Amino acid sequence: MSCNRTQHWSWWLVAAIILIALPFVLEKAVSQYYVYLAIKIIVWALFAMSFNLVLGYGGMMSFGHAAFYGVGAYCAALLIVKASWPMPLAFLAAPVAAALAGLVIGFFSVRIKGVFYFAVLTLSFAQLLYIIVFKWRSFTFGDDGIQGIPVPDIISTQDSYIGYYFFALAVALVCIYLLWRIGRSPFGLMLRALRDNPQRSTFIGMNVQNYRLIAFTISAFFSGVAGALFTFLETSVSPDVLFWSNSGEVILMGLLGGMDVFLGPALGAAIMVLLNSFITSYTQYWQICLGVTLILIVLVFPQGVGGLMAKFYSTWKGEKRA
Amino acid sequence: MAFDPSILAVQFVSGLCRAMILFLMASGLTLVFGVMRVINFAHGAFYMLGAYLAFSITQMLSTVPGGFWIALVIAPIIVSLVGGLVEIFLLRRIYDKEHLLQILLTYALIFVLNDLTKMIWGVELRMVNMPPVLGGFVPFLDHQFPVYYFFILGVGLAVAIAIWFLLQRTRFGKLLRAAAEHRDMVDALGYNVGGLFTIVFMMATWLGGLAGVVIAPTVRISLGMGMEIIIEAFLVVIIGGLGNVWGALLGALITGQLYAFGILIIEKYAMAFLFALAALIIIFRPAGLLGKTTQEGG
Amino acid sequence: MAILEARDLTKSFGGVAAVSQVTLAVEENEIYSIIGPNGAGKSTLFNLLSGRLPCDQGRVFFKGAEITGMPPEQIVRMGMGRSFQVTNIFPRLTVFENIQSTVIFQQGKGLNLFAPAKAMAINETESILEMVGLLEKRNEAAGVLSAGDLKRLELGIVLATKPDLLLLDEPTCGMSPVETAATIDLIKRIAVETSITVLFTEHKMDVVFSISSHITVMNFGRVIATGSPEQIRADGQVQRVYFGEG
Repeated sequence: MSCNRTQHWSWWLVAAIILIALPFVLEKAVSQYYVYLAIKIIVWALFAMSFNLVLGYGGMMSFGHAAFYGVGAYCAALLIVKASWPMPLAFLAAPVAAALAGLVIGFFSVRIKGVFYFAVLTLSFAQLLYIIVFKWRSFTFGDDGIQGIPVPDIISTQDSYIGYYFFALAVALVCIYLLWRIGRSPFGLMLRALRDNPQRSTFIGMNVQNYRLIAFTISAFFSGVAGALFTFLETSVSPDVLFWSNSGEVILMGLLGGMDVFLGPALGAAIMVLLNSFITSYTQYWQICLGVTLILIVLVFPQGVGGLMAKFYSTWKGEKRA
Repeated sequence: MAFDPSILAVQFVSGLCRAMILFLMASGLTLVFGVMRVINFAHGAFYMLGAYLAFSITQMLSTVPGGFWIALVIAPIIVSLVGGLVEIFLLRRIYDKEHLLQILLTYALIFVLNDLTKMIWGVELRMVNMPPVLGGFVPFLDHQFPVYYFFILGVGLAVAIAIWFLLQRTRFGKLLRAAAEHRDMVDALGYNVGGLFTIVFMMATWLGGLAGVVIAPTVRISLGMGMEIIIEAFLVVIIGGLGNVWGALLGALITGQLYAFGILIIEKYAMAFLFALAALIIIFRPAGLLGKTTQEGG
Repeated sequence: MAILEARDLTKSFGGVAAVSQVTLAVEENEIYSIIGPNGAGKSTLFNLLSGRLPCDQGRVFFKGAEITGMPPEQIVRMGMGRSFQVTNIFPRLTVFENIQSTVIFQQGKGLNLFAPAKAMAINETESILEMVGLLEKRNEAAGVLSAGDLKRLELGIVLATKPDLLLLDEPTCGMSPVETAATIDLIKRIAVETSITVLFTEHKMDVVFSISSHITVMNFGRVIATGSPEQIRADGQVQRVYFGEG
């Protein structure tokens, strides 16, 4: 048993060392751009994992989650630029605003029966929000977006991305830890039961809509955190953050990485971000690679890459014991 | 913004044209859902394929008179053949899977078809020349309307009548309607449901390809065409009622007009009205305007 | 006191009355069965009683309070549990989690966001698993169980909701004679050892007559006879329904 525990701790130590050393190594060995990419992965990983509360745990395919990411992003930007809030406060307010949006949109959406209708409704809400932000120039600056958002010096990205990397990492780790606790909690178990069989859940006394709404709101909250992280990374924001292709991306990350493994979506995020950034230098036909991979996943291994890895790991562990 | 009659008339006719194209798309989508219970997210790609094929065919036949008309006949057939292949090799494997995975598969298919299109035709914008016969203008109510508008209306009307005839007056149509209501029964009666599905999907993609050919002379053909139209087609299908072809027509007419007049109010983002209407319908009457209230969309 | 009372329940589908003017009263601690040929309306009646379907006419009372039109989850929380003809369990959860999730919910801890669920309600879950005979299979995914085991799992889930009234829709459907006997034994034990009232529908006559204290016979959506097993056995109308004239 103690042998296992040492093994357990050594994995954590290795992971911690890698995460801490990574930005320095990347900056020295290659360039700043790679540190920027690492931060992008962190932001999308957080977004994808909060989305998985709704998709993987709740079984709801929302096609409008970019709305919450975008509300978080815009709220942070607007509070600083228009209301002169200090950055920490704006950063804390953003996910709250996103959660409110989640509550409102979720209220109407979770009672919808039918995967397709749910998807189109959430898509419609998100696109409406996108159009409103685009047209309401006096409030949101429309398609000019907001630029030059001031960020405190310690984490400012002006000279180096390393400071912001650690900020984003810290925030993301806290959020992911909270999501992990929620996943293992009774609430997480209820969500899984709900996904498996909503009718049976009703007949053990569960008000299914309420549970879905709570999951939706929590997911919106953490998506808002991801959005705020994005805003301060780019020091700018534009209506594109709300466009439905972002909602599509985060769904694909979940599918690619695996919806039933906790860190699956994070893995999916890493794959997609790296794919988007690098594959264009090898081939202009990256869409077909992505498409074929996804089709294979749906047909052959719906557990996703993460699910496959988890399966290999547990068979490997099983064999070692034997 | 003066609401003088000629502007309204122009918008109305242009709205009707848009409606006809949307009807061609939506009828295919709704047919596939009604009979096969599958949402084909990639339907827009077949539309795009139809347009690109129209380009290639008219290019190859540029010295032959009537190249466009030949394309009008051949392109949708080729598209439906591609559709048949997709059904046989891909869709068949997902009929028994949960709806979530079905939607994900057809969404992934979009990427594949987009790149295949890119491989064959490249990224440049393509154009199809208007057939000379349809190139002129027709004066109506003080304004010059493109003859082509009336061609689009004519095609839409012809297809609507043909679909009506097929569904209501032929044995095959009866089979389709029966399969939509009671698939297991049709199967038990010995009909080849698998073959039926292939034919239905080919019909739907034929309609999509036709829409692509018809619209080709009026737009710049690009790789983004498919994505642009599929969302609108979804909204039409939901407004009209999933699984109901006449709902697709009604939904298309409403959508076309809503967009045409919406432009007068908020220019580039008339889509907002469409999204709002779709949202209201999903929340308050998910079966759509003409759908039955016991239908499920997932 | 009648724990469950239905008055003039009527439900039609597209002009055809599936349930018509059904009135019944289930006394506490009874084992009450509803029988009738296929299509007699038994399952529809269950759906009306448990709130799964709204009735066109009529009223339902549970423990003296009116529950007509109440949402099903609320009725369940009042103490009515039900099983389904097509077994309804949580296929991707393990056998253990199927019961555990229900127990945790029943204890009011469903909205707990931070405690580890794995360590909760273990004793209660194990005792229920033992009662339905599924303790050894606790770690299997529920979806791979045999049909008989699935029914027992569902029974376990329903028991975990701590019901006062158990509605069982064809509890031995698809079971072999051995499994049937075991299930009937279990139901009898539950009824005797706890104060749970049991209301069930069945096709198998020997099952019905062996344990019921009261039987109601339905045909074409109507109640055609109701009474003790002896009375039902002697009833001429019932004989005609099941065995034809004479």
